[in-house]
Amino acid sequence: MSKSIITVVGKDQVGIIAKVCTYLADNNVNILDISQTIVDGFFNMMMIADADGSEKEFKALSAELEDLGKSMGCIIKLQREEIFNSMQRI
Amino acid sequence: MINLSEVIETNAMIEKENLDVRTITLGISLLDCMADDINTVCTKIYDRITKKAENLVRTGEDIEREYAIPIVNKRISVTPIGIIGASSAASSEDYVKIAETLDRAAKEVGVNFLGGYSALPVKGMTKAERLLIESIPDALSSTERICSSVALGSTKVGINMDAVALMGNVIKRSAEKTKDTDSSACTKLVVFCNAPDDNPFMAGAFHGVTETDAVINVGVSGPGVIKHAVDSVPDADFGVLAETIKRTAFKVTRLGQLVAQEASKRMGIPFGIVDLSLAPTPAIGDSISDILEGMGLERTGAPGTTAALALLNDQVKKGGIMASSYVGGLSGAFIPVSEDQGMINAVNAGALTIEKLEAMTCICSVGLDMIAIPGDVPESTISGIIADEMAIGMVNQKTTAVRIIPVIGKDVGDTAYFGGLLGYAPIMAVNRFSSERFIARGGRIPAPVHSFRN
Repeated sequence: MSKSIITVVGKDQVGIIAKVCTYLADNNVNILDISQTIVDGFFNMMMIADADGSEKEFKALSAELEDLGKSMGCIIKLQREEIFNSMQRI
Repeated sequence: MINLSEVIETNAMIEKENLDVRTITLGISLLDCMADDINTVCTKIYDRITKKAENLVRTGEDIEREYAIPIVNKRISVTPIGIIGASSAASSEDYVKIAETLDRAAKEVGVNFLGGYSALPVKGMTKAERLLIESIPDALSSTERICSSVALGSTKVGINMDAVALMGNVIKRSAEKTKDTDSSACTKLVVFCNAPDDNPFMAGAFHGVTETDAVINVGVSGPGVIKHAVDSVPDADFGVLAETIKRTAFKVTRLGQLVAQEASKRMGIPFGIVDLSLAPTPAIGDSISDILEGMGLERTGAPGTTAALALLNDQVKKGGIMASSYVGGLSGAFIPVSEDQGMINAVNAGALTIEKLEAMTCICSVGLDMIAIPGDVPESTISGIIADEMAIGMVNQKTTAVRIIPVIGKDVGDTAYFGGLLGYAPIMAVNRFSSERFIARGGRIPAPVHSFRN
């Protein structure tokens, strides 16, 4: 299983998590972990997810999540976990 | 498992501190494109490059998307053309034909620069190398994406002063040929001492003859990230400062290593090296000069600048070497003037001179880089500047380079505009005492005593 990291950054508002989770469920992406915090007044959420079961290509999921973020006025990123592992772990 | 604060830190580096991978450079050997007929050589070269590199840009873009990390440039380096054209090029015009072929291939695969229009007359110059060097002004002015480099010396063999003298002339002629665009051809031409075979950065990238058929080399970047880290310890002593830079350089380089491995895997081409160089851009917050000033210098160029750069360069290497399995290329801090807004500001404030930059090149990776000088500087003076820089490299057993632009029609106080990543540069004053008799001697400066290690 290759894990992916989804981050959502923006002004807090009702329904952000709901919309993201709905999208992920519709595309058969399994959520493994969720954490969130407020940094400098901004809502920061991170999900660790498994996108291996999705029929869509990783690139397509990434682009659609980005668009979903724009529709809510926040920034959503889907990234492969390796970038964080390589930079943050020895 | 990765936690939220680590994810926020990494993404802040990308979004706010200009962290990126500066280049994925695909090195391609053209050794088996040699033939007796120039047109056959051109066809073979075009076919080889467009086949080997057909997926380069797409692979780079896929990696960008999947990791959300910008990869600014996708580029190609090839075997020095001075060698490839040796058996077929009968004139400089034949070499220009090869340059135009390379340019077409670069456009076809979508890379913004292709390096390797190069010659290596480190000790002596072959007839073919002389033809290539003579063709550089025409080649660079009739192509868009070709970069040229010439190796003029090494610690092992000394400095080829005949070639140094010739390059003063070639740089001047290249400037004249492109005087309508502020002598922009000279931004694509660099001379080296101790030239590395695996440098992924332009204008000096070429695929050395010691290399395999094709190889992926990656150049990282991240001056903004280092600057941010330096700012986080404003009053700390040098031990803490050094440690902070080293830790940050480790993270930056790991990113390069990851991208290099991914690109290598996806293209089925072996991974060569990660180049640790901190490469600035004209973007605000992406400056080497800002790091030096962040360490406590009022302006880059102030006394203490060389020490600050030495510390920076060393810690970047120490962090980077642990982060990557193979380190190579130039690997140090770049100090180009035109590509670094902080350097430009320092020059305009009168803090930074060519002489101080020369001192700085003794302890960092590259040399006098992207420096604009008055267009009326004689070619022997340009050769003199080159000879000094080659001597620094030769004696200190390190790579040094000169990429200098005599801007025709402009003088100290004016500004030259090159556009894009190349930026703009204030014209800097040059020492006007003559080097003519010195350069006119010709011949070769013998290798220094400490090259005899066998």
